[in-house]
Amino acid sequence: MTQLTGHSSALDFAQPEPVDMASGKYVKLWQGPQHPGITGNMSLELTLDGDTIIDCKTHVGYLHRGFEKLMERRSFIQNFTVVCRIAVPEPTFNEYLYSHAVEQLSGIKIPERAIWLRTMNLELMRLASFLMWIGGMSGAFGQYTVPNWTTAYRDFVLDLFEEMTGARIYHMYIVPGGVRAGLPDGFEKRARDIMDGAEKLLDQVERVMFNNAVFKARSKGLGIITPDMIDPYGIVGPNARACGVERDIRKDEPYLAYDQLNFETITGKDSDAYERAYLRLQETRQCISLIRQCLDKAPKDGPFQADMPNVLHWKIPAGETYVKAECTRGEYGYYMVTDGSEFVRRVHVRGPSYTHAIAVMERLAVGNNIADIAGLMVSLHTYPPEIER
Amino acid sequence: MKDMLQRLQRDFNISDITERQLRLTTFHVKKQSAETLLRELRDREGYTHLNFMTCIDYIEDDIFTLVYMLHNYDKKNTLGIHVNISRDDEAMISIHTLWAQAWTYQRELREMYGIRFPGSPRVDEDFCLEGWDQIPPMRREFDTKKFSEERFGHRAGRQSEQPRKHMKVELYPNRGGDEK
Repeated sequence: MTQLTGHSSALDFAQPEPVDMASGKYVKLWQGPQHPGITGNMSLELTLDGDTIIDCKTHVGYLHRGFEKLMERRSFIQNFTVVCRIAVPEPTFNEYLYSHAVEQLSGIKIPERAIWLRTMNLELMRLASFLMWIGGMSGAFGQYTVPNWTTAYRDFVLDLFEEMTGARIYHMYIVPGGVRAGLPDGFEKRARDIMDGAEKLLDQVERVMFNNAVFKARSKGLGIITPDMIDPYGIVGPNARACGVERDIRKDEPYLAYDQLNFETITGKDSDAYERAYLRLQETRQCISLIRQCLDKAPKDGPFQADMPNVLHWKIPAGETYVKAECTRGEYGYYMVTDGSEFVRRVHVRGPSYTHAIAVMERLAVGNNIADIAGLMVSLHTYPPEIER
Repeated sequence: MKDMLQRLQRDFNISDITERQLRLTTFHVKKQSAETLLRELRDREGYTHLNFMTCIDYIEDDIFTLVYMLHNYDKKNTLGIHVNISRDDEAMISIHTLWAQAWTYQRELREMYGIRFPGSPRVDEDFCLEGWDQIPPMRREFDTKKFSEERFGHRAGRQSEQPRKHMKVELYPNRGGDEK
């Protein structure tokens, strides 16, 4: 494990000097908001010297729907339909954290079965999200076979979601007080079959993608994150673990059933695009193991919902909390303040992309070739909607 | 933890210390001491991770409460540092020299609440709202419904909840609802 030695005074926090565009030496190029090499609707304003990036600015706002503002005017249960839309490929983490924050402020304890079903739901979400990400990463480097495999296989995981929750994308399964339903008949067998298939698929992905000479040549050494950047930039999740920083909320501050699951925090050595990608591949495998463990250990019967007040007239005592979970990209958090009324006073959603896609991206992009910007961006695994909230 | 809080009480006059939950404590500090306190927590107490920075609008008391959430990975503790500033003189000392990501939060707070952070990089650039000419939208007095009605006009609701009837009457009145 890499030992962090606190803040490095040598680390340059300064913004780059403005580029003299009037000199005619440089070209300005916008990558996004509609571009296959961009993750979601955001754009990068790139200043180029030849084909080398000398300045990068991230622009967001193309998806701003004002969720945090909307939540201040809606009842606690109405907000539930809003939160899952904050990170489109991973709505479940929003459902869980919103529910968890509300439960914590109102003192609701959820049943044991709900704890396990929530854990399994979150890990299934992690698997679906990683499968989509592997496709994006591979596609960004010009390999179009792997995206077809993983995106198609993600649909089998979405089938499981459909069985479990009734929906493929916005599940609204984890609700305040527990979960909406137990597992349908035959779910366990189908889930195990899909996990077996996913494991075989990942072996093929490793052979085709990670042993590919072009992928290796282009991703190794690209966008290196050094340990002294981790705390100043607030880097979390696989981006931090890939440079040896052993931090995983599931392990460090276990929530739900993670303290009863057998797994180790996976770390890398040099956090470049290749290392980050390989670490995520290993975490995808780990995820399959966690889902199997959940299937083994989850109680087969018992209540899955706590007794709840009438949610149409639900008032939550005044208080403040910050709850967090380890999503595929690192620390995802909900800060909630209540004032005893039927409405939330303030919700702040902390997504890892906030820093990864702006401060970190702007720093790492400089000095790279324009052809590598898409790969660099996907290697940071960013979701714009969680920046704009 | 207790020793640290006592020392901070003595040195920085922190108040309203509340243990919100296991491993989360919040307290208030005066605006003038906030930057020094944050630096102290980061450099001496190991609170090296800025989880986020946000604001709560207490319009009834005419204050904004800025919240700095810091985490200590070794002790697994989180601190919520609250700083009250006046809604009229909405300025705060920038912490962009303490965390390399802080300027982004400050830029967002400038846009969403109108709080000024003198010296913070690119703080006056648009963040989410390009060309916004209204009051900062996260302030409590900004009425989203009124704004959308004025900007986009009133849209009448459906007369019928039956999609078939709605299609027939509203969208295809001349075709009898038949799309063929």
